[in-house]
Amino acid sequence: MFRELDVQENRNFGVGGERSLPGCPLDRRSFLRCALASGAALGLSELAPSAAASPVGAAQQKQDDSRFTVEAKFYQKLPNKKIKCKLCPRECNVGDRERGYCGVRENRGGTYYTLVHSRVCAAHVDPIEKKPLFHYLPGTVAFSLATAGCNVNCKFCQNWDISQSRPEQIPADYAPPQRVVDLARQYSCPTIAYTYSEPVVFSEFLMDVADAGHEAGVRSIVVSNGYMQEEALKTAYGKMDAVKIDLKAFSESYYRNVVTGQLKPVLESLVTLRKMGKWTEIVYLVVPTLNDSDSEFRGLAEWIKTNLGTDVPLHFTQYHPEYLLKNLPITPVPTLERAKAIADAEGLHYVYIGNVPGHPAQNTYCPQCRRLLVERVGFTASQMLIRKDSCPYCHHPIPGVWHA
Amino acid sequence: MNTIHIANRRDFLKKAITGAAVLRAGCATALLAAAEQGAALKKSRVVIAHDALLRGTASTVDSRRMLSLLDRAVQALFDRDRPIESWRMLVRPGDMVSLKVNTLGGRGISSNLQLVEAICERLQEAGIKPTDIVIWDRDSDELERAGFHISTGGSRVQCFGTDRVDYEQDLVTHNSIGSRLSKILTQRSNVLINVPVLKDHDGAGVTIALKNMYGVIHNPNKYHPDGCNPYIADLNMLPEIRTRMRLTICDATTAIYEGGPAYKPEHSWKSNALLVSQDPVALDYTGWQIIERKRAEHGLKTLEAEGRAPNYIATAADAEHRLGTNDPARISTVEI
Repeated sequence: MFRELDVQENRNFGVGGERSLPGCPLDRRSFLRCALASGAALGLSELAPSAAASPVGAAQQKQDDSRFTVEAKFYQKLPNKKIKCKLCPRECNVGDRERGYCGVRENRGGTYYTLVHSRVCAAHVDPIEKKPLFHYLPGTVAFSLATAGCNVNCKFCQNWDISQSRPEQIPADYAPPQRVVDLARQYSCPTIAYTYSEPVVFSEFLMDVADAGHEAGVRSIVVSNGYMQEEALKTAYGKMDAVKIDLKAFSESYYRNVVTGQLKPVLESLVTLRKMGKWTEIVYLVVPTLNDSDSEFRGLAEWIKTNLGTDVPLHFTQYHPEYLLKNLPITPVPTLERAKAIADAEGLHYVYIGNVPGHPAQNTYCPQCRRLLVERVGFTASQMLIRKDSCPYCHHPIPGVWHA
Repeated sequence: MNTIHIANRRDFLKKAITGAAVLRAGCATALLAAAEQGAALKKSRVVIAHDALLRGTASTVDSRRMLSLLDRAVQALFDRDRPIESWRMLVRPGDMVSLKVNTLGGRGISSNLQLVEAICERLQEAGIKPTDIVIWDRDSDELERAGFHISTGGSRVQCFGTDRVDYEQDLVTHNSIGSRLSKILTQRSNVLINVPVLKDHDGAGVTIALKNMYGVIHNPNKYHPDGCNPYIADLNMLPEIRTRMRLTICDATTAIYEGGPAYKPEHSWKSNALLVSQDPVALDYTGWQIIERKRAEHGLKTLEAEGRAPNYIATAADAEHRLGTNDPARISTVEI
């Protein structure tokens, strides 16, 4: 139960999937159980699973839709009560009474609404290393939350139970911005993380939470696919203090066939975030045979070096079979090491290997003297030696936000 | 499309049945082989049943006339003299029958209440218990907005949305589809009767029989790109749908030729008709042509010219799917 969550225990939690919850194995039933438990402990009274195939009463089952429904910010009205969504590059043309691809934004009589404002379906206290953000307030915990919905459909999604569902299909409860901030403070979280599903689709909510959080001294971080239009990105993620982008691959064909999206807008988002001065880290989930070629790793590293610089942390993480992509093996560790070796050779300074417990490439080393600076065990930063944003041995500056 | 005269075909079938009855058992195997060969070449029948006086002088549909219209339609489809004979070809006592209606369009353009009542009446006459009949769509609120009364207990016909029972936890997949199915489909029915509405659709071109199955899954929003093609065809390939689907009764009492799927009164017309078939592809093709003709009457471009031809219909008919035929030469349209 959420109130029994112990921050220290979470810090000691080992390694699971990229976005798994503390104490939660990767399978989706367990995930949902955890989400339910979290919700229940939040005082989220409506988070009860439905019965089998026997219909239940409306009062027992229904969420009050009106509490979560707020006019969307990023769209354009069209003739005949249609709208064009301007949130992500998909630019859904949505007719009256229909929803966009994300499933959480609906056209009602020519006005577009988000259905997930304050509609939290998962909430946990996670180590920030689990996002992963390795160069941002290491050793701290983030109050992590999600709503339903996603603007892509990755075949390997670990959290498809919530990301690929419509909001009315999963238990959730009303958690308005101030309530979220209060909970973050209650659990001594210096940050609120928007994660698990796809925060792009609940931009209006995260903007309001971020504003409320900043007033109370709580920062905001987002874990996102970056598949977003530039104006929306600047407006919504402009309120974020740090960003982690899932760069799913470095080929358009992979984005088209496995992600159901496009690579180019994501690369543009990364450049925009860089120009905005947002602390950004990149995760690349390595899927055997689909995005693990030397040329792709090299192309990726070259692009990062040229467009973002050599100091951007890059995490190569291990794929686990899930959702619609179960016919491939877990990524072999040597593949991840090959990816890291190529990125290192291209000159990137902070290349990590993720989801592999105990691997030395989870640690941060000084790019100049090669001494260990941050040691990590699972999602715990067990040793943090960086002082004044620099290596304590050779005084080489180490980029990141190391102290609150 | 070929239009046939129903009386001639009925006579032919009667003669064939009479002839078959006097055949000796030793000839049965040969006859069966011939019948199978014939079935492979058989045309798909789509019945279009009209009643100009369906509404009389009132705006609502007359229940008695609707029942009569439904009877004529199914009798024509199955070449039977009495409606009960037709229904007994579809269901048997003990079956759990679900009617997948379409209620997205609210009161203006949802599956007609009198039609659904008439179907339920005939199902009960065929021996189906009222509690074994479920009228359903995605959402109970949408059903209510369309005029249906939610009923989840007692000895009445049941009516509720998937929101009351949820979707299956496990995904089902076929090609482009990975979805969770409504438990109403999987646990509350072994016979599915599809009761869609004849509508234009801003993305798919038209939404009739095949697309109505989007209301069976938890994530239809993922399958609207590219004019819903090949998603609609792939979805209808799921065994859970195919093995249950017995009949489509498309409500064309009011239809929409532009601006769908929501109700646009300025683009609707009182067609006072039903389209009935066991071939959903043929029915969709036929319905599409009706919408195109109505669009032409109003000086609108064809759906193809608008870049939204319902190409999923051809996909549903292709060699990979074989859900029915979209070949006009293989569709027998029976207008009554």
